[in-house]
Amino acid sequence: MAMVKLTIDGEEVEVAAGSTVLQACEQVGREIPRFCYHERLSIAGNCRMCLVELERAPKPIASCAYPVADGMVVRTDSEMVRQARRGVMEFLLINHPLDCPICDQGGECDLQDQSFAYGMDHSRYAEEKRAVKDKYLGPLVKTVMTRCIQCTRCVRFATEIAGVPELGATARGENLEITTYVEKALTSELSGNLIDICPVGALTSKPYAFVSRPWELSKIDSVDVLDALGTPIRIDARGSDVLRVLPRSDDTLNEEWLSDKSRFAIDGLKRRRLDRPWVRRNGKLEPASWSEAFSAIAQRVPGARIGAVAGDLCDAESILALKDLLGNLDSDRVECRQKGESLDLSRREFYLFNSGVAGIDEADALLLIGCHPRHEAPVLNARIRRRWVESGLPVGTIGVVPSDLTYPATELGQSAAALLGLHGSGSVFGQVLRAAQRPMIVVGQGALLRDDGAAILASAWALADKVGALKPDWNGFNVLHTAASRVGALDLGFVSSGGIHSMLDDGVDFLWLLGADELDFAGIGRRTFVVYQGHHGDRGAARGDVILPGAAYTEKAGTYVNTEGRVQQGFGAVVPPGEAREDWRILRAFSEFVGRRLPYDDIDSLRRRLFEVNPVFARQGLSRFGITDRRGPEGDGRAIHDSALTPAIHDYYRTDAISRASATMAECSRIYAQPMPAAAE
Amino acid sequence: MSRGTVKQPEEVPSAFAFDLESEAEIVRVLACYPEGRQASGVLPLLYIAQTQMRRQTGSGWLPRVALDAIAGRLGVAPIRVYEVATFYSMFNTEPVGKYHLQICTTTPCWLRGSDAVVAACRRVTGIEGWHETSPDGLFTMTEVECLGACVNAPVLQINDNYYEDLDGARTEALLRDLQSGGTLPPAGTTVERLNSAPEGGMTTLLDVTG
Ligand code: SF4
Ligand code: FES
Ligand code: FES
Repeated sequence: MAMVKLTIDGEEVEVAAGSTVLQACEQVGREIPRFCYHERLSIAGNCRMCLVELERAPKPIASCAYPVADGMVVRTDSEMVRQARRGVMEFLLINHPLDCPICDQGGECDLQDQSFAYGMDHSRYAEEKRAVKDKYLGPLVKTVMTRCIQCTRCVRFATEIAGVPELGATARGENLEITTYVEKALTSELSGNLIDICPVGALTSKPYAFVSRPWELSKIDSVDVLDALGTPIRIDARGSDVLRVLPRSDDTLNEEWLSDKSRFAIDGLKRRRLDRPWVRRNGKLEPASWSEAFSAIAQRVPGARIGAVAGDLCDAESILALKDLLGNLDSDRVECRQKGESLDLSRREFYLFNSGVAGIDEADALLLIGCHPRHEAPVLNARIRRRWVESGLPVGTIGVVPSDLTYPATELGQSAAALLGLHGSGSVFGQVLRAAQRPMIVVGQGALLRDDGAAILASAWALADKVGALKPDWNGFNVLHTAASRVGALDLGFVSSGGIHSMLDDGVDFLWLLGADELDFAGIGRRTFVVYQGHHGDRGAARGDVILPGAAYTEKAGTYVNTEGRVQQGFGAVVPPGEAREDWRILRAFSEFVGRRLPYDDIDSLRRRLFEVNPVFARQGLSRFGITDRRGPEGDGRAIHDSALTPAIHDYYRTDAISRASATMAECSRIYAQPMPAAAE
Repeated sequence: MSRGTVKQPEEVPSAFAFDLESEAEIVRVLACYPEGRQASGVLPLLYIAQTQMRRQTGSGWLPRVALDAIAGRLGVAPIRVYEVATFYSMFNTEPVGKYHLQICTTTPCWLRGSDAVVAACRRVTGIEGWHETSPDGLFTMTEVECLGACVNAPVLQINDNYYEDLDGARTEALLRDLQSGGTLPPAGTTVERLNSAPEGGMTTLLDVTG
C-alpha cells in the first residue's frame, strides 16, 4: 500500500495514501473535534468543526475531507486552529437552543462536550433564533429539530447504511430542515441507530424520553438475545430497572449497529413477568412457594417419561444444567428445535454461519434460501447491503421475499424447487455463483422448518460444493439462525433423534419447558404434565402445570453462541424480579430437592463442565475457517417439493416472549408490520 | 414560511402524469445526459413539470405527486427530488397565482427603486405579505434575491419573463393590464433602450464603423 509521510504537531507520521488528514491525526493520538464526520458514513464536510492548520494553506482546512499528501505540515492545536474552532462553535450555537437541562442528550452530547472546550461563555447573537418544527419519524425516534445542527449524519445513515432513503435536507440556508417531507414513520429495523449517531439532542429515544441521565446508570456488558447474531450490547440500568440497551462495537460482527427490536423491546422485561412460582390446582394456576412448586414437580417424577425443551432465549449454562438434570432422572429426551427444524448435527459446519459475518465483506455472490435477513438479522442485512453498495454483490433469493431487502436481488423462484434449477448448467444465477471466488449460500429457518428441510439443506450443501464455495480457505455454506440459544444448544447436543415431533408423539408424559414458547402446544398431549421455567407469562406458561420463575437475559450471567458459532458471555445487569432466580440455580436446587444433585455449586464450576462437554465453549470469540471435508449433511436433495418457501418470521417486532410483552414493539407492529400474504399459492 | 392563502384541498392534485408536450421535452432533455447519469436531469424535469402545471391549471407549482413522478422517471428516491425542489426558489412547492410576481429587493434594485415596485404590486393586487396570493387567484407576490439583471434594475420577474427598469407607474400599468385580462407583454426593459444599452441610444464607441 502506498504510504505518505506528513508532520502533525511536529511529529512525523506515515499513513496510507488516500487517508484524510483527520485519520492521520487520529493515528498519532490527536483528537479532532467533529460533528458531521463519522467513520462508517460518507464524508460530508459540512460542520467545519474539524478545522486544522495546514502550512502554506491560506486558511484552516476541514481535516475530515482533506486527503493527505507527502510533506504536509499540520498543526492541530495552534492559536489559529483554536480561534477557527471557536468561530465554528459560535455559529453552531447561534440557532441551538439553550435547553440542555431538559434535553435527553445532556451528559452524552458531542455539542455540549465540545462547546465546553471551544464555546464562549456568552452569546454575541442578539437576533431571533430560528425554530424548526419537530418531525414524526415513527414510534422509536423522537425529534427536537430546533436542536439539529444539520450535520446530515442521519440522512447519510438512512440512505447508506439502512438503505431506506427517506430522510433528507429540504430548503436551504436559514430554512434548511431535516425531514421526511412526507410525514411517515421511517421504515427501517435499524432506526434506533439514528439516536446514537446524531451528535446532538435532535434525535433521541422516544421510549426513553425523560427517563434518566447517563451518569445515573450502571453500564454492564452483555450479549443481545433477540436474534441469533449475538450483537454485543451494553445494558444501562438504574436500580432494578433496565433503562437502555446500546450496542458495543465489534468490527467483525455488528460494527456499531443494533437492531430496533434488540434496543427497544426492553420495556417487555417489566411486563407479564413471572415473579413467583405457580402451581395448577384443579385446573387453575395458584401462587405457590418454591418448595410447594418443587414438591408438586417431584411427585410426578417417579415413573414419568420425561422430556425437556429449551427455548430461543436460553443461555448455554441453563441448557446444560437441564440436560444434566434429565440425565440424572434417566432421560435423554431433550430438544431445542422447538418448531421441528431439520438440521444435521453430525458436524458443526452443517448448522453454522460458516463464512462469518465479516466474511460477507469478501463475498462476491450470495444466494438466500428461505431467508429474509432484513427481519431475521437486520444488522447482518446492513452488512450485505454495504457489500452490495461497495462491490455490486449479486444476490439471488429462493422463496417469498416479504419486504424490500434494501438491495436489489434476483428472485429465482418462490418455490423451494427453484433450488434444484440452480444445480444445472443452464441457470444464469448458477453461473454467477460458479464464477464467484467467494460465493455464499445462506439457508434460513424458513427452509428448515419445512418437512423437506433436510432435503433443502442437503441440496444447498451440494450446490455450495458444486459452485466452489467449500474450499480450504473459505466456507461459503451458511445457516442463519433466528434463536440466540440455538447454536449453543446444538453444541451441547440438546436434541433427540426425530426432533420435537417424535419426542412428543413418543408418549412423553412430563415435559420441562425451559423458556420454550414457540413450540406447537397443540402437539402436547392433554395429560402431559408440563413444568414451565421461564421469565414471561407467555404461551409456555399458559400451558404450564407448575411455573418456575426464571431470569431474563439482562438478569443473569450467561454464555451464548451466535449463528456463526461465536462464543460470548454476558453479565447480569439487574436482579430478577420477586422470587425469580437464575435458571441454572433453579435446576441445581431442584436436582438437590429430588436427591439427584448436579455437581456444580457456582457458575465457574458449571462453566468448567460446559467446556468439558464441548471444548468449543472454552474459546471466546470466533476463528474463521475453511473446509476440507466436503461430504454433505444427510438428506436427499431430490426430495424437495414444489411449494412456496415462506419466511420464518412473520412479524419482526414480535418474535419472542420479551418482544411480545413490549408495548413499544406492539406499537411498532401496529405501524409497520404488514399482514403476511397467505402462504403457498 | 408561508403565511399566505390556505391551500384549498381541491387544489392539491392526487395524481400527476406528464402530458405529451412534456414527454417530448423529457426525451429531448434526458438525451443530453450520459447513459446512467439521467438522475442529473432532475432540474430540467422539475421545470418541465412546473410548466405543465401552469399550462394545465394556471398555477405553476409542483405538487408532491409531480415530484414523485419525477423520482419515478429518474429512478431516484423521492426524497432526493424533494430536496432539490425545495432548495431552489424557482420551484414552487405550493400553489401560486396565475402570475407569480417575483420582486427583486436586493441592494442594486433597492437603490434603483424596488420599494416603489413593491408598493405598486401591493396597490394593484391587494396583497399585504410575502408568499400570498390575491383573492382572485391572479397574483402571488414573492420577494427574491438578485435576479442577475441588476444592470437594468429594478427588476420584476413575472412567471418566466423579466421586466426591467421599472418604476411604480409602469409596474402598476403592467399589472392593471394583466388584471383586466391582458396577456404578458414581451420581456425586457420598459424604457427606451436596446437590452441594456444606454437609454436614448449609444453614447460611446460612436466612431467605430461596422
Ligand atoms: S438530526 Fe442530528 S444527525 Fe440529523 S442532521 Fe440534525 S444534528 Fe445531524
Ligand atoms: S467533521 Fe469535518 S467538516 Fe464536519
Ligand atoms: S439586485 Fe435585482 S437583479 Fe440584481
